Amino acid sequence: MAKSSAETLIALSDKYVNSHPFETIRAAEVGLTQVRGRMGGTGSQFNVGDMTITRCVVRSPEGHYGHSYIMGRNKDHATRAATLDAMLQDQIHQSLLMEKIIQPLAQDLAIKKVQKADTVAQTKVNFFTLVRGED
Amino acid sequence: MYVAVKGGETAIKNAHKLLDKTRRGDLQIPELSVPQVSEQLPLAVARVMTEGSIYDPELAALAIKQSAGDLVEAIFLLRAYRTTLSRFYSSEPIDTTKMQVERRISATFKDLPGGQLLGSTFDYTHRLLDFTLLADGRTPAELEKISSSEEQDEEHMPRVLQMLEREKLMVEEADDLTTPADITQEAPSYPCNRSARLQALVRGDEGFLLALGYSTQRGYGRNHPFAGEIRTGEVDVSITPDELGFSVDIGAIQVTECEMINGFSKLEDNDIKFTRGYGLAFGQNERKTLSMALIDRALQAEKYDEDRVSPAQQEEFILSHCDNVEAAGFVSHLKLPHYVDFQSELELLRRLRKEQAEQQNTSGEQA
Repeated sequence: MAKSSAETLIALSDKYVNSHPFETIRAAEVGLTQVRGRMGGTGSQFNVGDMTITRCVVRSPEGHYGHSYIMGRNKDHATRAATLDAMLQDQIHQSLLMEKIIQPLAQDLAIKKVQKADTVAQTKVNFFTLVRGED
Repeated sequence: MYVAVKGGETAIKNAHKLLDKTRRGDLQIPELSVPQVSEQLPLAVARVMTEGSIYDPELAALAIKQSAGDLVEAIFLLRAYRTTLSRFYSSEPIDTTKMQVERRISATFKDLPGGQLLGSTFDYTHRLLDFTLLADGRTPAELEKISSSEEQDEEHMPRVLQMLEREKLMVEEADDLTTPADITQEAPSYPCNRSARLQALVRGDEGFLLALGYSTQRGYGRNHPFAGEIRTGEVDVSITPDELGFSVDIGAIQVTECEMINGFSKLEDNDIKFTRGYGLAFGQNERKTLSMALIDRALQAEKYDEDRVSPAQQEEFILSHCDNVEAAGFVSHLKLPHYVDFQSELELLRRLRKEQAEQQNTSGEQA
C-alpha cells in the first residue's frame, strides 16, 4: 500500500471502507525519517539525509489497531492505509480485501517493475576494446 | 558587524511583489506547474533534494519554482522547511546491492556479471543543441520507441568492489556496528569520523566538491581513481517503529551510488590493496557522487599514512565550507546594513591620513 499511488489505493478501496466507522487514535501527521546508507554499500552506516513520511493510527469497531507509515506527505493515503491495515487484521474482511485491493496493487507494481527493467535492459552495452594504432 | 534598521516596509513589500512578477514572467506564456518541474527537470530536483537534505520530489520542485530556478536558494528553502518537521524515525540502512537498477556502469571491467546498463544518460550525446526541443519536442510515439533487440533476462548484479574484496585485492568495507554520527544534531568536531564526513559531503555543494575532486585528479592529493561502479536506481526504505517491533517498507527512493577504486597502498599489516572512496546521493546525481567519492578517499589520508598537503585532504577546511546554505548565508550577509561598522572604519582611515599629513608637515618644517 505504501508503494502504490494514493489515487489507485483510494479508488480501489473506497467502497469497502466508507461504510465502516473508525476511531482515529493518531491522526495522520507528517514528519521526517532519517535515511541511512552504508559506506561502500556494505560497510558501516552513515546518515544520508531525511525523507518525508506520514504516519497514522486508527482503531476499528472490532478493536483492531491499524498502522501506516508512508513516504511523502499525503495524509489521505496514510489514513486509508491505516484503515485497511485494521480491516485486514479482521478475518471477516481479510480474504475479500486481499483479493480486491492488495493483490491487484501488488500485481500492478510487479508489472511496472518488469516494464521498467525491460526498457533499461535495452540500454545494455557490450563494449569491445580496440587495439590502438600506436605502433 | 551589521546593525538593525527600521523602516522600508513599503519598499520591501513592493520588492517582493516585483519578485512574484519577475518569477511569473510574460503572462502570455503559460505558467510552469510544480508537477512539470518535478517530471521534466528531474536532475535539478535531485540536486535540491540531496543538498536540501529531504527526499521529496514535490517539495523540491516547489522550491525550484519559488526560487525561479536558483538552485542554491531552492536548497535553502528546503532546509528551512526541514526544520519545521520533527524526525519520527531513522531508517534501516538502504541496500544498494538490491537496487532496481536503472543504470549501472563500470570503467574498470568491460564484461561484468549482470552487464553494463547505460540507462538514461548524457554520456555519448554529442552536446549539440537539439532544436527539436525548441520546436514541439518529441511526439509520444517517438518517445515510446525504444528499439527492443531481444528479451533480456534480469541478471543478478554483484558489486564490482566486492569481487575484488574476495580476491583480497581491495580494502574491505566492514560494518563496525557503531551508530553513525548525525551532524544535524551535533556539529562535527575535527578530526571527525567518516560517517560525519560522508553526511556532510552528501549535503555539500556539488560545485565545490566537483572542483575539489578535480583538483585531486590534477595532482593535488592524487589518489589515482577508477570508477569501479556507478549505479542509479530505486531502493526500498524500511523503518522499524517501536510500536510494531518489526520492519515495514515505507516506499522506494531513487539514489545514485559511486564506488571509486583508488591507487593501492601498503596497509598497517603490510598487506597491499586497492583503496576506495564512496559517493551516494538522492536521485540521479552522477557528477556529485563521483566528486564525493574522490574526496572521501582523499580525506582518508591518515589511514594510509599520506601527508595532508593538498586542499582536498584538509578535512576541517572542506567540511566547514562545503555547505552552500551556510556559505551563501555568510557571503550574502554582506548585503545587510554595515553602516556603523563602516562609519568607524571610515573615521579611522580619515584620522590616520590626517595624522600622517600633519607629521609630514612638521618634519618638512624641521628640515
